[in-house]
This record gives sequence, structure tokens and C-alpha cells, in this order.
Amino acid sequence: MSAVLRIRDLHVSYHGTRSRVQAVRGIDLEVGGGETVALVGESGSGKSTTAQAVIRLLPPAATVTAGSVYIDGTDILRLREPAMRRLRGGTVGFVPQDPGTALNPLERIGWQVSQVLQLHGIAHGRRARQRAVELLAEVALPDPERVAVSLPAALSGGMRQRVLIAMALAAQPRLVIADEPTSALDVTVQRHVLDILQSRVREHGAAMLLVTHDLGVAADRADRIVVMSHGTVVEQGSARTLLRQPRHPYTRELIASAPSLTAHVAASAPFPVEGVEPHRAPSGSRATLLHTRGLTKDFRARTARGDMATVRALDGVSIDIPEGTTLGIVGESGSGKTTLARTIARLEQADSGTIHFDGRDIGHLQGEPQRQLRRNLQVVYQNPYSSLQPRFTVERIVTEPLRHFRVGDRRTRRHRAAALLEQVALAPSLLTRRPGELSGGQRQRVAIARALALSPRLLILDEPVSALDVTVQARILNLLTALQREHGLTFLFISHDLAVIRQIAHQVVVMRHGAVVEVGPAEQLLRHPRHPYTRQLLDAVPGGAFVFPPSPAHAIEGVLT
Amino acid sequence: MTDLLVTGEPSAGRLHAPPPGVRPKVQWRRLVGSPSFLLSVAVLVMVVVWAVVPEAITAGDPLFGDSADRLLPPGADHPFGTDQLGRDVFARFVYGTRTSLYATLVAVGVAAGGGALLGVIAGFAGGVADAVISRVIEVLQAIPGLLLSLTLIAVLGFGTGKIGLAVGISGIPAFARVMRAEVLRIRGSLYVEAARTVGARPSAVLAEHVLPSALGPVVALGILELASAVLAVSALSFLGFGAPPPAPEWGSMVAEGRDYLATAWWLTILPGVAIAAVVVSANRLARGLRPHEASQ
Amino acid sequence: MGRYVAGRIAQAVLVVIAAWTVAYLIVYALPGDPISIMLAGSGGDSGYIDPGAANKLRRELGLDRPFPVGYMDALWGLLRGDLGISVSSGMPVAARLTAALPPTLALGALAVTIAVVGGAVIAFAASAARAGWVREALLALPPLAGSAPTFWVGLLLVQFFSFRLGLLPAFGDRGWQSLVLPALTLAVPAAAALAQVLVTSLHKAQGESFVHTARATGASRMRTLVRHAGRAAAAAPLTVLGQVVGGIVAGAVVVETVFSRRGIGRLTADAVANQDLPVVLGVVVLAAAAFVIVNLLVDLVLPFVDPRIGRARVRGAGR
Repeated sequence: MSAVLRIRDLHVSYHGTRSRVQAVRGIDLEVGGGETVALVGESGSGKSTTAQAVIRLLPPAATVTAGSVYIDGTDILRLREPAMRRLRGGTVGFVPQDPGTALNPLERIGWQVSQVLQLHGIAHGRRARQRAVELLAEVALPDPERVAVSLPAALSGGMRQRVLIAMALAAQPRLVIADEPTSALDVTVQRHVLDILQSRVREHGAAMLLVTHDLGVAADRADRIVVMSHGTVVEQGSARTLLRQPRHPYTRELIASAPSLTAHVAASAPFPVEGVEPHRAPSGSRATLLHTRGLTKDFRARTARGDMATVRALDGVSIDIPEGTTLGIVGESGSGKTTLARTIARLEQADSGTIHFDGRDIGHLQGEPQRQLRRNLQVVYQNPYSSLQPRFTVERIVTEPLRHFRVGDRRTRRHRAAALLEQVALAPSLLTRRPGELSGGQRQRVAIARALALSPRLLILDEPVSALDVTVQARILNLLTALQREHGLTFLFISHDLAVIRQIAHQVVVMRHGAVVEVGPAEQLLRHPRHPYTRQLLDAVPGGAFVFPPSPAHAIEGVLT
Repeated sequence: MTDLLVTGEPSAGRLHAPPPGVRPKVQWRRLVGSPSFLLSVAVLVMVVVWAVVPEAITAGDPLFGDSADRLLPPGADHPFGTDQLGRDVFARFVYGTRTSLYATLVAVGVAAGGGALLGVIAGFAGGVADAVISRVIEVLQAIPGLLLSLTLIAVLGFGTGKIGLAVGISGIPAFARVMRAEVLRIRGSLYVEAARTVGARPSAVLAEHVLPSALGPVVALGILELASAVLAVSALSFLGFGAPPPAPEWGSMVAEGRDYLATAWWLTILPGVAIAAVVVSANRLARGLRPHEASQ
Repeated sequence: MGRYVAGRIAQAVLVVIAAWTVAYLIVYALPGDPISIMLAGSGGDSGYIDPGAANKLRRELGLDRPFPVGYMDALWGLLRGDLGISVSSGMPVAARLTAALPPTLALGALAVTIAVVGGAVIAFAASAARAGWVREALLALPPLAGSAPTFWVGLLLVQFFSFRLGLLPAFGDRGWQSLVLPALTLAVPAAAALAQVLVTSLHKAQGESFVHTARATGASRMRTLVRHAGRAAAAAPLTVLGQVVGGIVAGAVVVETVFSRRGIGRLTADAVANQDLPVVLGVVVLAAAAFVIVNLLVDLVLPFVDPRIGRARVRGAGR
């Protein structure tokens, strides 16, 4: 079977005001007819740039400096723009990344889909409108006529992504390029959308280049995997072979860090694992450091249609956190997990219910007593880019808590700053830098250091690794585990990612629509979930087929089901 | 905005790029290399020099002229020509810089000072203070700036200082709005919430986070206000509400030359070019200090 | 929908009254005696003010009573359309305004049209331009145009088109030809402002993901600029239209003076020169009214242009 897509020695570079950055440095890649190839890499690997280069929609600052891209034998880099336009959306379908922004918010769905048909001369006018509705039905959208006359705001993320898939497939392309098509979606929705994408692509007999950072997704959906790092292809091969017997060290690191794949690989490791160390449950019973009873909170918000509605973010939530352990709260968007974290952190006020910290009722503290509470209760936020004041130096950021509580003098604070950086494995030379000069992982370490400055007893971490690359994630999780052991810290760890929770939590609370759905020790809950929703979450974790086999007996071999 | 501060649905999305909430920094190196920027700085410096030591720039007399030299076109002796009384127009313009600049500085000072203060109060104190100040700003913006200045002039009377005051007061709403928006943006940012989490009191937040970050936009807006104040001041002076003759003032000079437009074009056109040059320079300066999306 | 419109109209009326109140306070509440100001301005001998005339005027304006009472009286008059008597001419202010309105209205309408069309053309041309230098040149125009003093632009145009080329009249208000140069002068700063807002808005819209999606489905650059980015960018200039029109109203003061045209602008300039405060106050009401009317119309049109903005307001406001 001849290749539908063939990339030869592609070079792409970005032109900044003063510098040139090589984003893609000579890659070779092929996708055969009907084949699905996953292009995997972390941020900066060049995978998205490659995808954009194939349809020649690179950002203005980027240019292809060398190489060829053959689609059905034609070097598309030499085509003139009108021919290229016929290719885009016609022979090559593109499924973009963020359904929240990839659809035109001002135009109706039906119009947007029929535009594709009109542009490629497939149908016009009423026929186009009808065909658009048919296409929407093909991606399993309920009530496609109503969807066709709706604006994107009226649809959920998963529905919008399906619309984008319909648009990409409208002209029956030979090649589909999907650029992180599900990264912005909840895990259960992700699974559904990828199912639809895969089945529709198979039906068309089209080839697919699936760009993703998630090795689990690649494991589930791809025939072959191509691993990219820093602009080059590091390794490629059939999915099975590559995952079972990775040869390149980076591939191994990626597999080891991938949370969904790791835990099991660690259990059956035929090779040394550089990733996350599986945690050990603390022995003995511990006192409860924090507990909540019947926490309830309602929000008034505007729905997409414009009317006001009451959303119950917390519905009688009761949890217990034993001291020195990690309680993981897992749930999808709208589950209330972030609201719970913020309410406990006293950044929000619950409508009813109690919160007790170390025996004291803290639910109604205001003003100075609430401020004093901060000495024992700290927060680490999700976004390492915006939680640090960009004008402050690292030293100032890390000693800010000490200053506000008048701990020590300037000299002792400076010492403490260096000590804190050491604890989070950062070089003391970073004390004089500003956040803008640090990487995401480094910033998050600074945020952790800041949270530790006052030696708090409880640390609330709201999705602290979700914004980081997978290899960086692993290191931060290791750091947190180590800190917990050293200092006897208690963690309240929020995440939407079950695989991450698995690695760090001793106890797990599963939330849905503001209510607690299941509680239990981590290993047990994740291996033998009782509630159907928990089971649904587990099944939806990409790479799950590879990792969480139906029975423990198959665990060692990691059989692909 | 960041995920944690959403009041409705928290997002579970992954973020792979820095959010746009962080302000781009002023790129000094790029500015210094830009000829238009340097030229603008030069023009403004020159204007200040003219205001301070006009006699160093021109030997001409702004107040007295030889009627034998009336209405001469621009030439070697008189770069801007002479007017109907034989006075050197260029000298009048240079000496007029002092009055015009004085009025402009008064205007910017009043607008920036009053506006920034109101904006900070509205943004930081919130509640009733914000509601009241915001409503007042809204109402004031329904009256065009020049008209508000004219109303003030009608009450206060004519003169350079009064023009400056009037233009300044009518510039307060714009400043207050920008300042308020800045303060709210910073107050709502994640790092301010983080600061509260690590124990910062509201006064510390104001002093350490809000004010330093809001300073930049105020300065940039101040320079823009300078540009529009020059235009407003010269317009009011043109209409005759400035210093009485024979004092030279940019706007009134053009008004005086109007009667001779057909024959002595230099009386109106050249001073106008100079005014426009100053305004363009101030605008260019402001744009450079406020890194923007489209036009840089 | 009807309730929403009625609500917005009521709001608009309130803003006009509030603006008038602010001006009333400035005029009558600031330190200094407004009576002497007015009488001194309207041709009285400097220094001497006839006490009889002063008292008469004071009674007429309601200033002999306690301030709040005087204010309420004036407010009641405003609502009935009675804006008082012009001190310098003795005629009712409302009558003078009504007489002066039509020529300014014509001037303003033409100026707004030129500004909108001109600004849009420049903005789209700058955004569509492929060659860097063309784009830079077009982008440089609005700031330059907006930096030129209005009175100077007018005189420049007169100098060139009237005296050099003899195509159009230099002053007066006879015939449509006399409208051209003044309208053009008025339009320049307005077009500059609109162009700048639209350029920024288009730039932002072109960077949006959905434009990328449209290109990925095969749409051309021009098509996405006009059809996709264009519609998304349209809201921004509309929201500043009220202020732009306000600027045109104020600019009319200068332009009508430069071109010796009759109208609200000239009326205002004369009133300020004579310190005829009731007339000035009346003009403020007129300008505020123009502002709120334009904003009201924009608010009604906006939901159709950008469903995101309009939707919530229309639905939400009705509850």
C-alpha cells in the first residue's frame, strides 16, 4: 500500500525578533492508506508544528526551511495557494485542538459545516444544509437538526469536538490530521469522541495522523507510534512493539512517566524505571487533621442561553483527611472538586456544613483569624504561570509568607529562601531570577517552596501538575511524595487525572455533580471500584486497555486487550 | 482569566502555553533601535528646551515686529515667515511653547492625578464607592470632552491656566476608567489571590502588587493624554479662550492668521504642522511604552 | 424585547438628566457668581453690573431660591422642554437650539458616514495587505490623521481645495458643496479612531482559532478576513461609535467656526465667548442626548452582529 502521507527531511524554524528557533529538525514520517499513526511528544517537541506544516498553515513567524511533504505523491510544499486550498478540507481533513475556540462563536453550526461543502463544490444551498445535518448525525450528535441551527455556545465540549470531526470528514478526505483532538475534554468524553473519530476514519478508509502528548491515547488508538523530541523523531514503530520494548532512552522515560501506563509497568518492570516510585501506604492509624461535614454550596451562573441558573457545586460533602497522608479528590469538570478545595482553603464560603481543622471549626473565620490560619494551611495552584507575581524575584516570592507574618529578619529569611529552594531541588542561583525566566516545572517548584515556607501542616494542591509535561509531572510528584515523608505533611490533592491520583494518594474520594460518589483506600478503589461511575472513569483512562487489565492475573504481561 | 477564579464550571483542560494575562514587557532595546521612536523623543525634548530657554533657539522677537516686514513668506531670516504686524512667526511659536506647554502639563497633571486617585479608590475599595464613582464616570463620558472643557471655560473664564484646568478636568473620566480596570485586573489575578493565601493583608496587596503594576499603564496613558491635551488646548486657544493678544499661543496664532489664508498660507499651515508634529511624537512615545498587539 | 427597549430608553433618559445635572452643578454650584459672569459676558461694561438686571436674571434662573429648589425647578423645565432664556439674545434657549440644529445635523450625518466608510476601508486594506510596507504605510495613517488639530486640517483643506484648486467654497452654508470640506474635516479624527479600533479588533479576530479552522477547511485568506474575522471584529468599533459621534458634536464647534457656518457649533462658541450659560447648558443636554441615542441604537443592533454580546443582555434584562 503506497503511503498517503510521506514527510521527508522536514525542517521548520520560527523567526523571533532576535533569534531563530528550529522547531522541526529533519524528520521522516509515513502514513499508509487506512493506517493510524500517532505522533507523540511533549511541548516543544515539534509535533504540532509538523501537523501544521502538512497543511501549510504555519503561524506567520514559522517557515519550512527544507524538506518535502508528499500527499498522494504530490509535493505539497511546491503547490500554489489555490491548489493548496483545494487540498485543505478536501483531500486532507484537519481536526483542531480546542473545541472551545475552534468553532466560530457567531455562526450557526449548520452554516459552518455547509461552508466546507460549498468551498469544495460538493453541495450548495439547501442541499448543503441537508447534507450538513446528515454529517452531524454521522458523528452521533443527538437531534442533529437542532444542533445545526444552534450556536457553538449551546453545545458541550464533546459535542463541539464532534462537529469539528464532521467538518474535517465532510469532503471525504484521504488523510485526516487530528491535532490533540481531545486534550481539552474530560476523560469520559475523550473516550467517546476518540471512538467516533476512529470509527468514522475507518469507515472512510482514510489514513490518520493523530498528534497527541498522551501516550495512553496513542497506545489505544494507533497502529504505529512516532515519538518526537526537540524537533527530531526519536523512535518509531508499531504501537505494540514500541510500548513493550522501547529502545530509545527518551521513549523509556516517556513511558515511565506516563501516569496511566506507569504503575503497572513499575509492578512488572523488566527494565529500570526512571519514573515515579510507587508509594507505600503509611502504617498505623492516624489522627484526622481536617474533616468536613455536609459541605454545601450553590452558585448562580449564566447558562449558554443567557438565563440565570443555580448550580449546586457542593452537595453535602463530608471527607476526612488523616494527618501525614494524601487524600486525592478526583472528578471531571463540574464535579465540584475545585470548589471543595477552595472552600476548605477558605477562599470561598460554604452555604452550610462545617470544616474542622485540628479540632477547630474554621468554616466561618474572617479577617485576622483567617489570616492566621494560613500559617498551617497553604495552597498550590494549578497554573504555574499566573500564580507567581511576575515582577518579584524568586527569593521575594518564596519569602513572602515569612514577611507577611513577620518571621525572622532579612538575613534569616534569605537563608530560609536558599534552604527552601534546596528542598524543592532548585539551584540557589535561581533566587535572583524572575518567574518569566523559569520553565513550568521550575515555577511550580517555586510555588511549592513558597507554600512550605511557614511549615504548614496541610497543603491543598489544586491540579498542581495538570499544566506540566508528562516527564516534568513525574518529577514533581516524586518531589511531593518525598516532602511528605520528610516533613509529615498532609496533602489534599485535586486532580481530574486518575492515573496521577493513583500515584500519590493514600485515600481517594470520587466526586460527581458536587457529591461524593465513592471513598476508599487508593489501591483498592482503583482496582476494585464499587460505584459504576468510578468504573466508568477508570475505563475511560486512555491506555487503560494496556494497563488495567480485567484481572490481576494478566498484570505482569501487560496484555493488550 | 485563570481556572480557579471561574465561578461556574471549573475547567479540566490542559494548558500548554502561558496565558495571555501577563503583560508584555517594554522592549527597550527595540525602541532604541527604532528611528521613529528616537525622532519622537528628540521632538519632545526640543519642545521642552523651547519652553525653558526660547531665547537660545531664536533671536527673533515674538511681540514686536517691523511693519515693513509684514507678511513675508518663509525664508532664511524668518523660517516661518512673518505675520501681518511684521513679527517673526517662528519666534512667536517658540515663545508660545511655554504657555502652551504650561497649559498642557496642568491638564495632564489634573487628569492623571484626579483620575488615578478615583480609579484606585473605585477599583480597590469596591462596593458603594465603586458604584458611585463608576456611575459618575459613565455620565461624564456622555458629554464630549471638548464640550465639558467649554462649559468649564464659560464658568471659570478665559486664560491659559484655565484652559489647562478645564481640559484636565474633562480628562479625568478616561484616566479613572483605565486605572479602575487595571486595579480590578490585578486584584483578580491569581498571584494576588496567592498573596492573600500566604498571609498578605489588603494594604500589602495594594502597596506591593496593585500600585507597582498599575504604574506602567498610567504613565503610558499620561503620555497619550499629553497628546490629546495639546490638541484640546490649542483648539480652545484657537477659539479665542486662551491668553489675550499679543501673547503668543499655538492655537490663537493660527486663528490670527486665518484672515490671511489666501495670501499668507504660512501663518496658519506652519504652526499647525509643528503642533501636529508634537502630537505625533507624543503618540509614538506612548505606543512604544505600551507594547501592543497590532501596530508594533 | 419590548420591555428591554423601554428599559434602555428609560436608562438613556436618566443619563441625559444626569449629564445635565453635572453641567448644572458646574455652572451654578462652582464658586463665583454665575450672574455676574453672564452679565459681564453679554456685553455689559467690565466691572459694572446693573443690580436691577442682575436681580431680574437671578429670578428668571431661579437662583434667588435655595439651591435644591432652583435645581428642581430647572429640572422640571428640562423635562418639559424649557431650557431657559439665552442671556445674550433674550430668546428661549430651546428655540435657538432647534433653529441651529438642522445644518449641524446634516454636517454630522455626512461626517459620520465618511468616517465609518473611510475607517473601515483603511482597516480592512491594512489587514488584507500582504506586502509588509503597504501594511505599515496604511497602519501609519490613522495615528497621523488623528494627531492633526481639527482647525488646522480644515484650514489646510480650504487652502488646497478652495484657494488653490477653486473646487469647493471656503466658507458659508449654501448648497451641498459647502458641506463637503467641513464634513471631511470633521470626519478625519473620527475615521482615525474607528480605523484604529477596527485594526486592533481585526488583528485579534484573525488570531482566533476559528479563523484557523476555517482556513483548514479550505477558505482563502480574504474570505476569512471579511466573512469570519470581519464579523467577529465588527462589535468593537460599534461600541465606540457613541464616543466618536460625541467627538463629532464637539468638533463641530471648531469646524463651524473655521468654515463660518451656522449651527450648534457656532452657537456654542458664541455662547462660551459671551458666557451665556443657559445656552451652554442646553448644548450639553443636546450632546448627551446624541450620545445616548447612538448608544441605544448600537445596543439594539449589536445582538445581530455578535450574538455572544447581545444574547445575554437581551435575555437577562427582561427578567
